[in-house]
Amino acid sequence: MTGQTHSPIIEVAGRGLAPIIQLIGIYVFFHGHYGPGGGFQGGVLLAAGVLLLRMTVGAENSQAHVAAKRTLTNCAIGAVIFVGTGIVAILGGGYFLDYAHLPVQWLEPAYMRYYGILFVELGITLGVMTGLITIYDDILEVDYA
Amino acid sequence: MYTVADLPARGDLNAPAQQITNAAGTPVAGAYYIQNAYKDAKTPNMVCVVLADYRSTDTMGELIVVFAGAIGCFFVLRRKRS
Amino acid sequence: MHWQIEFLLFAILIVAALIALNLRNLLAAVVTLTIFSFMVALLMISMGAVDVGFTEAVVGAGIVGIYFVAAIFKTTRKSED
Repeated sequence: MTGQTHSPIIEVAGRGLAPIIQLIGIYVFFHGHYGPGGGFQGGVLLAAGVLLLRMTVGAENSQAHVAAKRTLTNCAIGAVIFVGTGIVAILGGGYFLDYAHLPVQWLEPAYMRYYGILFVELGITLGVMTGLITIYDDILEVDYA
Repeated sequence: MYTVADLPARGDLNAPAQQITNAAGTPVAGAYYIQNAYKDAKTPNMVCVVLADYRSTDTMGELIVVFAGAIGCFFVLRRKRS
Repeated sequence: MHWQIEFLLFAILIVAALIALNLRNLLAAVVTLTIFSFMVALLMISMGAVDVGFTEAVVGAGIVGIYFVAAIFKTTRKSED
């Protein structure tokens, strides 16, 4: 499963489908304010695109897409974005994760909540996507260096 | 089965969870979210506001659970390159 | 017309769960488990919880299937009991 597939049909189908799945994932992430969706679903769809490439074109050939050695770092960065938004809200004078007190002067509090939700969902998307890729790579013992 | 048969029907407007104030006279959280979600965050999707704004600590717990699973798999399953 | 659709979904759900419990071939059991998960997602959507159904469809029918296939690839393909 870590090697490249021998069937050209599966390889072409995987290489064609993976960018479309990731595009739908980005759409779901940004459309979470207006319809069903959000950070978790978008992150899982982005991870599904990467895992499809990992299974079809092989683990070594898809390292140029998402490198296995950087996924856990990016997962930590996603969690830090989430918690950092809350701590910046504390520094602005509010409670933890109270986006109305973010230190942005030229926005109304309601729109600051809008962009606070967007930042938090960005953290969730990054963390969930790279976390799921990390679990897959560790189960199959993909060489990471 | 006996307990489930006694619950109010789905989408019943007279159910206790759909009222603005409950029997004790204090406001119900669901009605507050429905009335004030767009005014507070200018976001049309109410579920998104509840998940990422009103109950954001719960979502932080979800993300930390995923991160804990990833870091557990990292330390248990990942082999050193030989 | 509404309760017939839900009854059909529940019937497929229970049948898929029983088949997944009784199969010897673990890959076929994983495919049946994704059918189970997708039926759960459709039931959630029929109850009006679109976000929960979306999450269930994406996670249960996509990522969990991939993880089970990876675990079967690392261990064994036939069930022992």
